[in-house]
Amino acid sequence: MDMQVAKKKLGLKERYAVMTRGLDWVPSYQKMEDIYPYMTYEGIKIHDWDKWEDPFRLTMDAYWKYQSEKERKLYAVLDAFNQNNGHLNVTDARYINTVKLFVSGISPLEYVAHRGFAHAGRQFPGPGPRVACLMQSLDEIRHAQTQVHAVANYNKYYNGMHDFHHAHDRVWFLSVPKSFFDDAITAGPFEFMVSIGFSFEYVLTNLLFVPFVSGAAYNGDMGTMTFGFSAQSDEARHMTLGLEVIKFILEQDPDNLPIVQRWIDKWTWRGYRVLTLVAMMMDYMLPKRTMSWKEAWEIYFEENGGALFKDLARYGITMPKCAEQIALEKDHLSHQAWSTFYNYAAAANFHTWMPDEDEMAWLSAKYPNSYDKYYRPRMEYWREQAAKGNRFYNKTLPMLCQTCQVPMIFTEPGDPTKTCYREVDYKDSKYHFCSDHCKAIFEHEPEKYVQSWLPVHQIYQGNCFPEGTDPTVEGFDPLAAVLKYYHLESGRDNLDFEGSEDQKNFDEWRGMATKNV
Amino acid sequence: MSTVFIALQTNEDTRPIIEAIVQDNPAAIVNEAPAMVKIDAEGKLVIRRETVEELIGRPYDLQELQVNLITMSGNLDQTDDEMTLYWNA
Ligand SMILES: [Fe+2]
Ligand SMILES: [Fe+2]
Repeated sequence: MDMQVAKKKLGLKERYAVMTRGLDWVPSYQKMEDIYPYMTYEGIKIHDWDKWEDPFRLTMDAYWKYQSEKERKLYAVLDAFNQNNGHLNVTDARYINTVKLFVSGISPLEYVAHRGFAHAGRQFPGPGPRVACLMQSLDEIRHAQTQVHAVANYNKYYNGMHDFHHAHDRVWFLSVPKSFFDDAITAGPFEFMVSIGFSFEYVLTNLLFVPFVSGAAYNGDMGTMTFGFSAQSDEARHMTLGLEVIKFILEQDPDNLPIVQRWIDKWTWRGYRVLTLVAMMMDYMLPKRTMSWKEAWEIYFEENGGALFKDLARYGITMPKCAEQIALEKDHLSHQAWSTFYNYAAAANFHTWMPDEDEMAWLSAKYPNSYDKYYRPRMEYWREQAAKGNRFYNKTLPMLCQTCQVPMIFTEPGDPTKTCYREVDYKDSKYHFCSDHCKAIFEHEPEKYVQSWLPVHQIYQGNCFPEGTDPTVEGFDPLAAVLKYYHLESGRDNLDFEGSEDQKNFDEWRGMATKNV
Repeated sequence: MSTVFIALQTNEDTRPIIEAIVQDNPAAIVNEAPAMVKIDAEGKLVIRRETVEELIGRPYDLQELQVNLITMSGNLDQTDDEMTLYWNA
C-alpha cells in the first residue's frame, strides 16, 4: 500500500473529539429516557458518557479510507484465487469440510453481530460508544458478505454449502452457535457489549480466528486465509472496544462490578462451549495441523487471558470460575466432540472420518494424558468396524443441554469415564444440563432459557419435517424427512468422507490439473 | 509483568514496521507463523511513527497499520506519534 498522508490541521486527539463528541447534541423536546429506553433496566449506572474514549481514536472518515483499502486487497486476492482454481491447491479435500463448518456455523453469526452492534449503538446515549458500535456493525456485515463471497467459490465444486443459512437456522448442531448469538442480542445493550464485545471478541476470538486462518494458510487455502485476515484486521479494533467497554463501565460506578462479573462468568462459559466446534476442527479436521486445541487454549486463554484478568484485578474483576473446569476439559474436549460427529455423520452437513495412523500419533503426542488411554482404543475400534463394512451411523437423537444446546456428551470434571448430567425442576418441567455452569446460567434466568428451541425436541414434536409430511405412514424414515427439511441430500452432503462425491471429484480434478489427459 | 503482543500479516507493508518495532523495543521477541508475525514484549510495546518513516522514506500515518493488523493484547493508547500497548499489572 502506498497511501498519501495529507497534512492534518488537528492532532489525532482533537480530531477524535471533534468528530465524535463534537457531533453530538442534547435533545430539547424529547426526554432522554424516551430516546434511550434501555439504559437503566440492567442495573448499570453511567454518570459521564464523555469519559469514553476509543484508544485507536478512529473517526468515520478514516474508517472508510482504511476499510476500502482492505476490501480492494481482499477482492484482488479472491479473483486471483478463483482464476487459478485455487480450491485444487488445498492439502487434501477433507480440509474443505472446515470451510463448510465455517460458512454454516460462523458466517451467519457475523450477520447477527452486525444487527447486534447496530442495535446496541442506537441505544447508547454517548457518542463515543455509538460511533465505535457503528463501525463494528459495518465491519460485521462486511465479514458476512466477504465470507459468503469467498466460500461461494468452494460451493461451485463441493457439497453441503448450497443453503448454509437455511442450515444455520435448522441443523441440530448449528443451534449451538446460533443460540449463543441469539442469547446475546436478546440481552440488554450493556450485556450485549460485555458478551460479544468483551468475552467473545477480547477473550475468545483469537481462538476462533487465528487457528482457522493459520489453519487455512497451512492447508493451502488462500481464499479463506485472505478473508480471515481481512476480517481479523477489524478484530483488533473490536477487541479494543471490548476492553474499553469493561473499563468504562467499571470506572463509572462501583455498583456495576457484580453485574459485570456475572456477565463475564456467563459469557466466557457460553463462548467456550461454542468453541467446542473449533477444538475438533483444529485437532481432527485440518489435514495439516497448526497447533492443538490444548496448546491454543494455553497460549490464548491461560497466558493472554491470565494477563488480562490480572490487569482487571484493580477493578475487582476476577478470572471466571469456569476456567478451572475448562482446564480439566482441555485434554478431552476435541476428542469427545469429534467422536460425537462421527456418530451423527448421517445428520451433518459435512463429512467425517477417523484419523489415520500418522494423525493418531500426532494426537498421542499432543495429548499424552488422555488420547491413548481413553480415545485411541475407541477410534481404532470404529475404524476396524468401518473397514469390515460395519460403519455405524447413530440415528437415535441425543439429549441436549438446555443452555448451550450441545448434546450431553461431556464428562464429569476430573472423571473422563463418566458422562456429566445435571438437572433442574422448574414449573412442572425437568431441564437438563451438560455442566454446573450451564445449570447456573439457567437458574439465574429460567424464563429466558425455557424458551430454547432445542432441535431434538423440535424433531420429536414433528416440527422438523417438510410441510405435508405424514409421520404415521408405514415405514416412515424420520432422518430422511429431517434431512429434506434441512435441504441436505443424503449420501451426498452427509456421511463419511471416504467414498464421497467430494473425494472423487477432488481426486479427478487435481489429476487433471497435474497431468495431460 | 505480563506479556503484550501484536500480530501482523507477513507482507511488504509490514516488513519495515516490524523492523521499527524491533529497533524501538530491543526486548521484543519476533515469532514467525504461517503468513503472520507475532511480536511479544514484556509489559509494554511501542510503535513510533518517526522510526517507521525513516525506514520507508515517506510520511506515515500510524492508523494505516490497521490494514495489516491481525490481533493484539494489552491496553492501547494511540496518538499521532506513537501506538502503545501496555499492561498495568
Ligand atoms: Fe466479525
Ligand atoms: Fe451446556
